Amino acid sequence: MAHAVEKHPVTGIPVNPEKATLEGKNKYVAFWFFLGGETVLFASLFGTYVGLLNSGAPEELRSYNIFEMGLVFLMTMLLLTSSLTSVLAMMNMKANNPARMKFWLIVTLVLGAGFLAAEIYEFIHYYHIGHTFTSSAFGSAFYTLVGFHGAHVTFGLLWITTLLIRNWNRPIDVHNAPKFYVSSLYWHFIDVVWVFIFSIVYLLGMVS
Amino acid sequence: MAQTTALQQSRKYNGLMDWITTVDHKKIGILYLFSGIFFLLLGGIEALLIRWQLVRPMNDFVSGETFNQLITMHGTTMIFLAAMPMLFGFMNAVVPLQIGARDVAFPFINSLGFWLFFFGGVMLNLSWFFGAAPNAGWTAYAPLSTQPEATGVDFYALGLQISGFGSLMAGINFLVTILNMRAPGMKLMRMPLFTWTTFVASALIVFAFPPLTVGLFMLMFERLFGAVYFDPAMGGNVIIWEHLFWIFGHPEVYILILPAFGIFSEIIPTFARKRLFGYTTMVFATMLIGFLGFMVWVHHMFTVGLGPVANSIFAVATMAIAVPTGVKIFNWLFTLWGGQIKFNVAMLYSVAFIPSFLVGGMTGVMLSVAPADYQYHDSYFVVAHFHYVIVGGVVYGLFAGLYYWFPLMFGKALSEKLGYWQFWLFFIGFHLTFFPQHFLGLFGMPRRVFTYLPNQGFETMNLLSTIGAFFMGVSTIILLVAVVKAFMSKHVVKPDHWGDGRTLEWTLPVPTPEYNFAQTPLVKGLDTFWLEKMAGNKRVSVAEPVSDIHMPNNSLIPFFMSLGLFIAGLGAIFQKDNMVIGWSLIAFGLLMTFVSMFLRSWIDDHGYYIPKSQVEADLKAIREKGEQ
Ligand code: HEM
Ligand SMILES: [Cu+2]
Repeated sequence: MAHAVEKHPVTGIPVNPEKATLEGKNKYVAFWFFLGGETVLFASLFGTYVGLLNSGAPEELRSYNIFEMGLVFLMTMLLLTSSLTSVLAMMNMKANNPARMKFWLIVTLVLGAGFLAAEIYEFIHYYHIGHTFTSSAFGSAFYTLVGFHGAHVTFGLLWITTLLIRNWNRPIDVHNAPKFYVSSLYWHFIDVVWVFIFSIVYLLGMVS
Repeated sequence: MAQTTALQQSRKYNGLMDWITTVDHKKIGILYLFSGIFFLLLGGIEALLIRWQLVRPMNDFVSGETFNQLITMHGTTMIFLAAMPMLFGFMNAVVPLQIGARDVAFPFINSLGFWLFFFGGVMLNLSWFFGAAPNAGWTAYAPLSTQPEATGVDFYALGLQISGFGSLMAGINFLVTILNMRAPGMKLMRMPLFTWTTFVASALIVFAFPPLTVGLFMLMFERLFGAVYFDPAMGGNVIIWEHLFWIFGHPEVYILILPAFGIFSEIIPTFARKRLFGYTTMVFATMLIGFLGFMVWVHHMFTVGLGPVANSIFAVATMAIAVPTGVKIFNWLFTLWGGQIKFNVAMLYSVAFIPSFLVGGMTGVMLSVAPADYQYHDSYFVVAHFHYVIVGGVVYGLFAGLYYWFPLMFGKALSEKLGYWQFWLFFIGFHLTFFPQHFLGLFGMPRRVFTYLPNQGFETMNLLSTIGAFFMGVSTIILLVAVVKAFMSKHVVKPDHWGDGRTLEWTLPVPTPEYNFAQTPLVKGLDTFWLEKMAGNKRVSVAEPVSDIHMPNNSLIPFFMSLGLFIAGLGAIFQKDNMVIGWSLIAFGLLMTFVSMFLRSWIDDHGYYIPKSQVEADLKAIREKGEQ
C-alpha cells in the first residue's frame, strides 16, 4: 500500500526517510538482525584467534615482534574518521542535501580505500618476514579474522560505490534512503569490529 | 493513492520458469516441502542400508568405509536437508497467513534462501558421484575431518556453508515478517503458537548459524587452502572445532523441535476443540528454551576433559531446560483434558508425540548427568536418545503438519484411511527400531561401528531394530502413495477443511489467492477465527476497504546468485587437483554471484499492483461459490 507519508516542512522529505515506508522499516529491522548474526560470526573468529594467539609461531614471528603499530594506528584513524564522515553523510541525507551527502560518502569511500591499501601493505609486509596464512596456527587465525574484516571493508566499498553511482542524479526519497542508511549501518559495524581487532589483536598482541 | 503508472507491468512466467522465479511464499513453501521430502527419502534409504549392515554380527553388506559415508550422509541429510527445509516449507506456507499478511517481508530474499539451500543440498550429494561422500560423521570432528584423503568432507564444508546462508536468510525474513507484517489487532500475545515458535526458532537460526559458518569456513581453508587451525603439529587445536560445532549444534536441535512444538500446539487445540491451555506459559517456555539452548553446548563435550567446573555448570544448565519442556508437556495434556477429541491422523501423531518425546527428554536428563555420561557417551544410548526426540518429536510433527495443512497448501486432502496405516506402521516401527537401542547402548555397543562380534548379547536387539526400520520404510511408501492419490483426486476441499479451524489461515478461500487476503483481517483475540465463529459470524472482520494490492515481481536473480556460489564451491574443491579449472570456476562462480547482486541493486523493481476491480471480481466469484 502506498501510505501517505508526512513530509517535513523544511526538508520536503519525511523526517526519517529511511523508515518512512513499510519496506524501509523492514530493511531497517532486518539489517539489525543481520548485524546480530554478524556479531556472533566475528565473536567466533575472535574466540578462535584468542585460542590460537602465537600458537605454533617461532619467537621472531610472535605478535609482539611483528606487529607494525604505527601503521595499525594510521589504519585505525582512517577507519574511525570514515565512520564520522558517514554520519555526516546520513545527517545530510535526512536534511535532504543530496550534494553534501554525496560529498561525505565519497570522503568515506576514500578513507575506506586508504585503510584497505594500508592493510594490503601490512599483509604483504608480514608475508615477506615469514608470517603467512599457512606458517602456523597463529598465522591462519590472524589472517582469517583480520582478512574477514578486510573482506567486509571491500564489500562495503563496492556497495556504497554502487549506490552512489546509481543514485547520482536522483533526489533523496523513501526508496533510496533506506539503502543509504543500512549501508552506513554496515559501515559503522565494520568500524566497531575494527575497534575490537585493534584492542584484541594488536594491543593484546603487543603485551602478551 | 496508488501510483500504478509508475510501476512496471507484472512479470510472470509459466511452468518450470514460474517455480524457478517465484517469490510467492506459498509456492516457495511448496518448493521447500517437496525438496525436503526428496531428501527425506534419500536419508531414509541411507538409514535402511545402515540397518541392513547391522542386521547380524560380522555382516559384510557394505564396507566400513561405505558405512561411515552412509552414517555421515544420513545425519547431515536428515538434519540440514530434510527436517529444516520441511519446517521452512510449513513456515512459508502458514505463518504469513496466520498473521494476516499478504506476503513475507522479503519475497526476493525468501526465494534466495530456498535456492541457496537447494544448491547446498545438491552439492553435498554430488560427493557420491565424485569418488567419496563425507565420512567423518555429521559432526565432522577434526582431525578425522581434516585427513587429506577424506575428500568427501570438502563437499560437506562447501555444501553446508551454502545452505547455511540460505537458512540465515530465511531466519531473518521470518523475524521481520512476524514483527512488522502482522494484521491490525494481531498483538504479539495473540499470535498462534506456530508463529511464535517460528519466531523463536528464527532468532536461534540468526545467532546459531554464524558459528557453524565460521567452523565450516575454517574447515574449508584447512582442507583446501593450507590453513592449520586444527593441526596440533603447527600449533593448532582440534577442540576449537568441537566448540564451534556444538555452539551451533545444540541450538540447532531446538531450531528443529520448537517449530514442531508449534505444530502440535496448533493441532491439539483444534481437534480437542478447546483453547490451548496455558497460552502465556507456552510462549514464555518457548523463549526460555530458546535462551537456555545457547547455554548447554558443552554437554556434548563432557568427555573431552574441560574439567569438573565446566562440566558441572553445563550439566545443571542442561537439566534446567527440562523444566520449560515439562511445562509444555503438561499444557498439551491439560488442553486434551476434557476436550471433545477427534482422532484423525494429524491428532494421532500429536497424541503419540507426547509419550515418545517424553522418553527422549528423560534420557536427555540422564545424559546431562556428566559423570554418568562418561558411560553413555558415544554409545547406542545416545543414538536412542536423539532419535526419540528427533523422530518422536520433529518427524511426528512434520507428518502431523503434513496431514493438517495439506488441504490448505494444495486444496486436496490426504486419505485418512491410508493415513491410519501410515501412522500405525510408523509408530510401531519407530519404537521397535529405537527402543532396543537404549539397551544396546547400556550393554556397551558403541555408536558408529560398522559391525560387531557375535555372542556379545547384541544380536537380538539389532535384529529387532532393523525390522523396525523396515516398518518405517513401508510406512513412508504409503505416505507417498497417499500424496500421489491426493494429487490425482478431483475432489477439491472446502475452506476451513477441518471445520474446527481457529486461526486466520483457515478463513481463506481454496485455492488461496496469490495476495492471500482480499482485505486485511481485523484480529480480535487469540484464535480470532474461532472467536468470530462463536459470535455467529461466518467471516472474520476486516480492517480496510477493497483496494489495489501491491505485489512483488518474479525474479531469476536468486537462482543465479545461488548457482554462482555453487559453481565457485565446486571450483574450490577442484582447484586442489587442477589449479586452472578450479580457479576459473571460482572466478566465474563468484562473478556470477556478484553480478547478480549488483543487478539486484541496480535495477529498480517496484513490483506491480493488482487492480481493485480484479480483487472485487475475485471476491464476488468466491462468495457466489457459497460458504466463504
Ligand atoms: C530435556 C531435553 C534434552 C536434554 C537434557 C538433552 C541432553 C543431551 C545430552 C547430554 C547429549 C549428549 C550425549 C552424549 O553425546 O554423550 C545429547 C545428545 C543429543 N541430543 Fe539431546 N537433550 C535434550 C533434548 C533434545 C532434543 C529436543 C533434541 C532434538 C530435537 C536433541 C538432540 C540431540 C542430538 C542430535 C544429540 C546427539 C548429537 C551427536 O552426538 O551426534 N536432544 N542430548
Ligand atoms: Cu545438546
